[in-house]
Amino acid sequence: MITSYSKPSEQGYYGDFGGAYIPEMLYKNVEHLRQQYLSISNDPLFQQEFHALLKDYVGRPTPLFLAERLSERFGSTIYLKREDLCHTGAHKINNTIGQILLAQRLGKKRIIAETGAGQHGVATATVCALKGIECIVYMGEKDIQRQAPNVARMKMLGAKVVPATSGSKTLKDATNEAIRDWINNPTDTHYIIGSVVGPHPYPDMVSRFQSVISQEMRIQLLEKTGTELPTRVIACVGGGSNAAGAFYHFLDEPTVEIVAVEAAGHGVNTGMSAATTQLGVPGILHGSKSIVMQTPDGQVVEPHSISAGLDYPGIGPMHAHLYTSGRAKFMSATDEEALKWAFEISRVEGIIPALETAHAFAVLDQLGMKQEDVSVICLSGRGDKDLGTYMNAMNEQ
Amino acid sequence: MSRINDLFEQKKENVLNVYFTAGYPTLDSTLGIMMALQDAGVDLIELGMPYSDPLADGPVIQESSLIALDNGMTIAKLFEQLKGFRETIHVPVVLMGYMNPVLQYGFEKFCADAAAVGIDGLILPDLPPLEFEQSHGAIVKKHGLDFIFLVTPETSAERVRKLDGLSSGFLYAVSSSSTTGKEKNFDDVIAYLKRLRSYQLTNPVLVGFGIKDKETFGAVAPYANGAIIGSAFIKAISAGENPNAATQEFIRAVLN
Repeated sequence: MITSYSKPSEQGYYGDFGGAYIPEMLYKNVEHLRQQYLSISNDPLFQQEFHALLKDYVGRPTPLFLAERLSERFGSTIYLKREDLCHTGAHKINNTIGQILLAQRLGKKRIIAETGAGQHGVATATVCALKGIECIVYMGEKDIQRQAPNVARMKMLGAKVVPATSGSKTLKDATNEAIRDWINNPTDTHYIIGSVVGPHPYPDMVSRFQSVISQEMRIQLLEKTGTELPTRVIACVGGGSNAAGAFYHFLDEPTVEIVAVEAAGHGVNTGMSAATTQLGVPGILHGSKSIVMQTPDGQVVEPHSISAGLDYPGIGPMHAHLYTSGRAKFMSATDEEALKWAFEISRVEGIIPALETAHAFAVLDQLGMKQEDVSVICLSGRGDKDLGTYMNAMNEQ
Repeated sequence: MSRINDLFEQKKENVLNVYFTAGYPTLDSTLGIMMALQDAGVDLIELGMPYSDPLADGPVIQESSLIALDNGMTIAKLFEQLKGFRETIHVPVVLMGYMNPVLQYGFEKFCADAAAVGIDGLILPDLPPLEFEQSHGAIVKKHGLDFIFLVTPETSAERVRKLDGLSSGFLYAVSSSSTTGKEKNFDDVIAYLKRLRSYQLTNPVLVGFGIKDKETFGAVAPYANGAIIGSAFIKAISAGENPNAATQEFIRAVLN
């Protein structure tokens, strides 16, 4: 029985979604992780080291910033949770710090990861450098071309970047390749998944490491507004790790509205979209049951989003449950709207957001925000990596 | 008694199981290749249902799956093609694939339709044993199909026994923890197969992954009830214009 929206059952189910649909070749590693992750990560010494690194290395707590001009525009109160100020430029490092400490305690000598936009790859390469552990990052051949600066960062940090050349050559295929590497290296390797996807315990483990975002929000909101609970929390969702972190400590607070924003690409019904809850049906992808974009024959389809980080045909099982249960409101924003809002936020607040993050802002005018409302947007990453796209957009204007 | 049980009643060693992907190299090549496999002396056929994201498989099988999908192969199409195949093909045939396409087809309908065309068993590597025990297993049995679980060198003795207990037909011993189509160290494989033999399992054991020719088949088959060839066979039928002739040639080279 599920008693909490944020915590899965012992077998890793959030409602009907989750579980571990893996071939036997992965069983030992995944089962070992399932048995160990809670006892290791709940250990006081682990928590001490985790939080010390989050503070001194990542720069946490990240500020909760009152966006005054944006608030004024909507006649409401809007706060930005500044995950873009984390070391490496996005929330991704919260998870990689947690998992590298876990990998060390599991005695693993080699780290593998998948990456789409390269943010998770950079965050993984960073913690591997910090701990002196070998790092291999799988990245779609197409993403390697469109995210060249992050590829260079990973290499400079000492990681080996391996192109995924199968299928669509994007995040989905990079994930397949990483899983295959893990199958072929069953004893010495830990796989650091970058989002709240994959077989149990990954969705729960990654959510827990990212939950520091909402933990801090509650403390900061109390200081700034006199109450820990906002009217709503808004975050963009690809696989859904920043959203999982931003929502986590509010999910069992029924007064807090939860708003998840997916990437509509060219438009939800154009065939060039990544709005998984709108276009997908229940299925199994990368080891868990969730909502998956697929053909009527059950073949996983290629999504489209201007942001590589949201360009994924699935969604974490926790989010699938939030969607079907109605606990969260799922909305979407197109490529064009995201681009427009990336420029808006740059000019109104002096913050250049990542393209992924810009999607979260694009729904603000559809929320019917009241004057007394307090809304928090998870500003999940900064836009440096997207400058090429932004420059093209400026040239076209 | 199932067709697979009959096979192992009659033949306890050197059973040759060959895997290939339905709809590869062309949409309509599947039945011809099955026929050629039977004629060349293959004991059991493992027919792959192509999937866009085949996690347990290496690049050769993935590539063949993508081509088969491009060719238009689907589960429904495959069942259509298989209608009446039992008039000419008598060797046992098992379907191998991944859960997602099967779920979209409908698990019960899938089992019913597979049984109706004359399929003997299923291999679904990403179906968790617990779910098989609690729900899917009863459906599989109701339609008279065998279900084959995989074990690897990393699978504990206790779990091997459990998976053997859940399996019927045979048990699939993955030769090392790896995806298909990788090179193996056969000393380790033989030690592992000897260990499996010492467990005195209820099902016959076929070993797969890394078996590619007469030499490798001969090296491991004696330590199990036989072996499975997949990627190497797919490579063999990729090269030529005539997959049936390539099939005959490849299998004869393994068996002679």
